Formats: sequence, C-alpha cells, structure tokens
Amino acid sequence: MCTVCGCSEGEVKIEGGENHSHADGGDHHHHHTEDEPGTHHYGHGPAHAHAPGLSQSRMVQIETDILVKNNEYAAANRRVFQDNGTLALNLVSSPGSGKTTLLTQTIKRLQGELGIAVIEGDQQTANDAERIRETGVPAIQVNTGKGCHLDGHMVGHALEHLDIGAEGVLFIENVGNLVCPAAFDLGEAHKVVILSVTEGEDKPIKYPDMFHASDVMLLTKTDLLPHLDFDVDKCLDYARRVNPRIKTLLVSAKSGEGMEDWLNWVRSSRQIFQIGRAPKISAGR
Amino acid sequence: MHEMSICESIVSVIEQQAVAQSFTRVRRVRLEIGPLAGVELEALRFSFDVVTRGGIAAGSELDVIELPVTGWCMPCAGSVEVRERFDACPDCGSYQIQITGGEELRIKDMEVD
Repeated sequence: MCTVCGCSEGEVKIEGGENHSHADGGDHHHHHTEDEPGTHHYGHGPAHAHAPGLSQSRMVQIETDILVKNNEYAAANRRVFQDNGTLALNLVSSPGSGKTTLLTQTIKRLQGELGIAVIEGDQQTANDAERIRETGVPAIQVNTGKGCHLDGHMVGHALEHLDIGAEGVLFIENVGNLVCPAAFDLGEAHKVVILSVTEGEDKPIKYPDMFHASDVMLLTKTDLLPHLDFDVDKCLDYARRVNPRIKTLLVSAKSGEGMEDWLNWVRSSRQIFQIGRAPKISAGR
Repeated sequence: MHEMSICESIVSVIEQQAVAQSFTRVRRVRLEIGPLAGVELEALRFSFDVVTRGGIAAGSELDVIELPVTGWCMPCAGSVEVRERFDACPDCGSYQIQITGGEELRIKDMEVD
C-alpha cells in the first residue's frame, strides 16, 4: 500500500513497488459524506431547514481548474526536482518515433559526465526500462494500464523507488501518444517532443497541442531523409506556426548527426536550472 | 482518451466541495471548456455518466459552456477570434497571434442540495 494516499490495487503498476489504483489522473475516491444509505434527510444545508417539500437546491460557485489535482502532484514533484537540483525532461512523441533508442544513445554519451536517471512510461511491459538499465543508469518502469499518459501522481510514486541522485538529469519517457500527455504536467522543466522523419511533416499542425506545450522539437531518424519525401523546412515551419518559440534540432541517433547539439542543449539547460537554486547541496531527498 | 481521467478529477473536486460547502447531492454541474483544452465533449459526457455512478453526483446533469478561441493579433494590436492555434488573423492574415483564451478546462458552478 502506498504511504502517500493509501492506495492499493488498480491498473497502474510501478516496477519495484506495489500496485496503485490511479490510472485516472491522480484521483482519490474518499467518501466523506455521512449519509446513511437509503435515507433522505434534507436538514444538512446551511439553514438546517426541516420543512417538508422545501428544496434546498442552491448554486455553488466552484471556478476550479479540473486538473488542479494533477497540478498539485506536479508541483510536489517540481519541489523534489528543485531540492535535488535535478533537471527533469518529459519526452513525448507518437509510438515508434525512436524515443528509447535516442535515449540510450544520449545516456551513453552523457554517462560519467552527469548523473542520469530514467522513468519509463508504457501501457504494458518493462522492456524499455530493461533497455535503459542495460546502459547502467537507474531506470524504473511505470505501466499505465489502460491510461494513455503519465500523470503527476504516477511520477511522484516512481520517484519513491528511484534514486535520482543530486544535480543530475531525469528523463521521463512518456507513453507514446501525441494527444493526452500534453495536458498533464509532471513537474518537468521542459517537454521535449520527438518527431521522426518517417512520420508526416504535418504532424505539428495535426497534433498542435503537443507541439505548443513543448519547448524543444527533435526531428529524429534524419539518416533516412535521402530515402523519403519528407520536407524538413515545411515541418519546421508548421512547428513554429503552432509554437513560435519552439527550438528545433535535427538528430540521428544512428549516425550520430546532430547529437552533439542535443547533448549541449541538455547540458546547458541543466546549468541554467542550477543557477539561482538555493545553495543546498545534499544528496537524497 | 483522457476524458475518463478528467471526469474522475471532476468527481474528486465535487467530493472535496461537498465537505467544504456541506451538500449531499449534486443536480447539475456546469463546466467551461475551451476548444484548445483537448477534450472531446461526447466522450466527456459518456465518461461523466459512468464515473459519477454511485456517488453524490449520480444522475446529475452535465452542462458544458463552450468558450471561443481568442487571440491577440500583434499587427492589428487587437483581440480576434480564431479557430485553431495556427490560424491566421481573420482581419490581416498575419500568423503573429498570441492565444489568450480557449484552453479553459474549469468547473464553473454546481446546483446542489
């Protein structure tokens, strides 16, 4: 059972931990109403009126963001990252864009230079986390079950089982999906959207929310460009149309082309993240 | 596909409010949703009925107020209504538009007992 919220069973599985019952965006159904089943008592309103036939219907103003709960979990994660000086990057893309390959190549080049940890999100299997662990860095798999995205709560639980060290980089590989992960903040510093050249160049305008929410777009598998009709300029143009401030990088994890630019972006973002952080250099949480 | 999660978030807000504002039944929930919130309304309604079943919002009506997408066009220096993030300004044709509204995903109010 989880210590944060007392959750137990469900679809979400976090490797190395027990099952958690929130395939749902971090919700808890704690019923606090004291009504006995089968009773209709109308005296619970503010006026405590007991007049028969008198309805106490009233309007209550809520004006609450629906995703407020997720945002609270994300804020808690963000505090952990801040305390540890960990640059958290949320990698999003459609399935099969080569996220895991890019990630293993990135790890191989940055390992030894920076502390790295990985959270892998997939509907099922721990294959990706195993691929990452083969490189020697700590990784944990979160299976979302029927869920289509990672949420702040799942990441919070994963952090309990993962040693993210201090002042390193945490890569969160989201579930392959260009729609839902756009709406769920995990507490990351940046969303990085990965688009491969084997997909259509118009993906940025087909799935504008994701490209709008990301700070960087990596156009991957560029070694395949000679064999395809993919129009790079058009693709970058579409991306900037939905997000004028997006940074675009062309990389090939296979040939290594453009990888140094990407690594430099990670290094410098980590540095910028450290600047202005409270001088609390201690390992662990 | 994440409409189910959104409905579960709605239910959890309702349950919190039920304690804070002491009510025991919800008759109607009004949401404000912008087209850029990434929510499919039909799926949302379907999920709402399923998720609220058995709770204090069971059988309640779901009203959705659909808000427009608005943006600030820099060349025009004025507010304009567009349909998508990447739309050109309907007045001057420029793409220099900063979206100012349309991403809302809010519970506005509820009718309760």
